[in-house]
Amino acid sequence: MSALPASTPSAPAPARVPLLTVRGLDTFYGKIQALRGVDIDVNEGEIVTIIGANGAGKSTLMMTICGNPRAAKGQITYRGEDITRLPTHDIMSKDIAQSPEGRRVFPRMTVMENLQMGAVLTDPVHFDDDLKRVFSLFPRLKERAGQRGGTLSGGEQQMLAIGRALMSRPRLLLLDEPSLGLAPLIVKQIFDVIRELNRNEGLTVFLVEQNAFHALRLAHRGYVMVNGVITMTGTGRELLARKEVRSAYLEGGAH
Amino acid sequence: MEYFLQQLINGITLGSIYGLIAIGYTMVYGIIGMINFAHGEIFMIGSFIALTTFVALALLGITFLPVVLLIMLIVAMGFTALWGWAVERVAYRPLRGSFRLAPLITAIGMSIFLQNFVQVTQGARVKPLPPQIQGGITLMQGEFVNVQLSYVQILIVVTTVVLMAGFTLLISRTSLGRAQRACEQDAKMASLLGVNVDRTISLTFVMGAGLASVAGLMFLLYYGVIDFYIGFLAGVKAFTAAVLGGIGSLPGAMLGGLAIGLIETFWSGYFSVEYKDVAAFSILAIVLIFMPSGLLGRPEVEKV
Repeated sequence: MSALPASTPSAPAPARVPLLTVRGLDTFYGKIQALRGVDIDVNEGEIVTIIGANGAGKSTLMMTICGNPRAAKGQITYRGEDITRLPTHDIMSKDIAQSPEGRRVFPRMTVMENLQMGAVLTDPVHFDDDLKRVFSLFPRLKERAGQRGGTLSGGEQQMLAIGRALMSRPRLLLLDEPSLGLAPLIVKQIFDVIRELNRNEGLTVFLVEQNAFHALRLAHRGYVMVNGVITMTGTGRELLARKEVRSAYLEGGAH
Repeated sequence: MEYFLQQLINGITLGSIYGLIAIGYTMVYGIIGMINFAHGEIFMIGSFIALTTFVALALLGITFLPVVLLIMLIVAMGFTALWGWAVERVAYRPLRGSFRLAPLITAIGMSIFLQNFVQVTQGARVKPLPPQIQGGITLMQGEFVNVQLSYVQILIVVTTVVLMAGFTLLISRTSLGRAQRACEQDAKMASLLGVNVDRTISLTFVMGAGLASVAGLMFLLYYGVIDFYIGFLAGVKAFTAAVLGGIGSLPGAMLGGLAIGLIETFWSGYFSVEYKDVAAFSILAIVLIFMPSGLLGRPEVEKV
């Protein structure tokens, strides 16, 4: 394993107030079952990560929480309210935001317009403050404000995707593979921002990652997903120490 | 020279009407990737509603022209927009997520239905409207011909320019326009940000229909006769205009409309009226050979 500075765990695991609860979730793509009886808990103020190989169903879980695709079975509860059957735009209006797989920056809109799109659900009076906050987290975006999303580098697009998600003032941030395809330095910068947001503002983060090492060090708790089934769960440190996790996701794979 | 200028004026007028209709095609294509073949019929319904309003106002004794025109415009836009909304709701939305050709087939069905509906309810005969706005400005006195700019032409071009300017602002500056562009570029992401995609698509149909109804009113004032079949050819021409300009591109639709209007008029003026449609479609074919995505369209393949 590479020698990285000693891990500073994120904020001490907070009191367990459930924010997002997933129970017995099944999701299908046509006839192919992508999720099988998934149970997940995300408590207020936590960083929870879900790791697993490519195609394990991590992104499907993320998207099912947002109502696209719909859950075939099971229940998704957010702050005590059943959101399983709500349309996507209604789910997102409950201060949940997602920075999705592949970033999905609007390519023919400027950085500023992308950020404005992130704020469609919020009261316009907050816009200037929220924009300032995003620009201070990612100064790069300020420099690129007038540039089209499609012309940004991968790292800048990732910053934009997260910045756009933050513009909706979320309580729960769903982050799908923010480190994918990025240079280690940028990955570190992005993970630092996530830790900072969690520690300083109490933002709850549900993080999907293939980069198990970084993700488990950042998170309070983690889940391991294999072929649509949750196989292991524990605190970040516990999972990092598990032999199965190490051999499957870390050894030879630590970045 | 005088003859040329006269044809230019006529071409721009016709091009304005095509351009207004073409926007509806291009916007709908941009947002859901389908060709709304019933859009020409929406234009036709717009002109019928305008005519009906005119008759109703005449019966009520309202004849002061600016007021009459304004009421015709508002009523036609409102009701036609409602038709546009209903068509999408009834014929296209239930098929979203179905196989690619399904909406195309219903669009053609919708077009046939609307034509026949108007034929049955309004009769198959042409409906005349006596010229309301007469006269014009003589720009130039020539040996053989004078260059005439009629007031109707001024009205058509000015209205088109104002509408297009307003519309461009709406799309580029307002949050509604932003939401529309977002849905066009990535509808799934737009919904993840809380945009109601279905509603945005409905509004796109409403706007396209509104603009088409203005074109319908202009057509009525300019030519003075309408029937249930005018939507077919105008629709095909406006669709051609949208493709020529680059389908999915708003400025492209305006430019394409103008180009088709000018080509048709000049061809009729200098060569033969019978072959004006052949000329317009030939130019389309030639342009598409060299610029497959149209004049202002962008190529389908994008760097990811």
